[in-house]
Amino acid sequence: MSAGPAAVPAPAISRQFPPVAELTTVSLALVVVGGILMASYAPRHPPIAVPAALAVAGALLLLASGYLLAGVRPFAWERFFLVFRWALLAYAISAGVIGFAFIKDHTGGAALALVLVMLVIYALDVPLVIAFTVARYASPAGHAGS
Amino acid sequence: MTDVGNVQAGDVGTAQVTARPTIAVVPLKGLPIVAAVVVFVITAIAGNWLWALTFCHVVGGALWTAIDLFVGLIVGPILARLSLPARAEFTARFMPKMVLLMPTLVLMTLAAGFQLALKLGNLSPASPNHSWLVVSYCVVGVMAVIALGVLEPANIAVLFEMRKPEPDGTVIATLMRRFILTSGITGVMQVATLIIMTRVATQ
Repeated sequence: MSAGPAAVPAPAISRQFPPVAELTTVSLALVVVGGILMASYAPRHPPIAVPAALAVAGALLLLASGYLLAGVRPFAWERFFLVFRWALLAYAISAGVIGFAFIKDHTGGAALALVLVMLVIYALDVPLVIAFTVARYASPAGHAGS
Repeated sequence: MTDVGNVQAGDVGTAQVTARPTIAVVPLKGLPIVAAVVVFVITAIAGNWLWALTFCHVVGGALWTAIDLFVGLIVGPILARLSLPARAEFTARFMPKMVLLMPTLVLMTLAAGFQLALKLGNLSPASPNHSWLVVSYCVVGVMAVIALGVLEPANIAVLFEMRKPEPDGTVIATLMRRFILTSGITGVMQVATLIIMTRVATQ
């Protein structure tokens, strides 16, 4: 997982990484479950305690993934950010369309705020897991083969 | 999405893929079509336009389900029996299109479907379709987590690997294994979707 900055990394396939993809996917699953709970009450106002708890857990897992990822050395950060920013654009548009539908349907107050928080987590989770999966198999800057 | 490669560890050596086509991870020519579809979906939702919502949901859902099952049950097994260069070339041309196509179909189907259900009153607890729709949310939720958290990252990582001067066959095989492992779940979920949606449409 962590070697010195100048260390030559092991071959991509055999390197051990922290469970960034796994934590991020669980985070995504939690906000999906929260979204399903809220959608199952539409068009009534949903109780938000359980979806809120799921969103908080999802956010914490996302933060944990980011923290673990930040400690990975060496890592193909250039490749990671290249993929992350384009995927973020795509999934921000996707989240925007979903958010628009909720706003259009007069969802308001705490329920709308919670939906928007979940959409932000979704729009960060997916690019993170895509970019991490690509970058973990790329050679870090300064090492041949990427 | 489903099994599109079934590349075994060590199968794709550097010699077999040196003549492969240049790979665009995202086919830029397709972006205007995607943009047009997204604008159409937004317009349909904004206008609460029954025909457009139905069109987006039915067409998007039919293509999503059909492509998933066709690729998983027909294309995947054929691909697994092709020669390695043919498999690599097919994958290099096929997967970038899936990168654009499947998320667009999913967005089109789900966004229009939710609005359509709201408009038709199917979301009301009094509707006989309500419980079916809640089950369909769960089915879609399972497919979404698999597609977004497992398959889409593998798909894009394979394309990046194949762009390298010397692609690592073991990496590609490891990533493609995800498609095989999840194709059964995805297939069951798609069949469940067909059952639920035909029930909803006929109640």
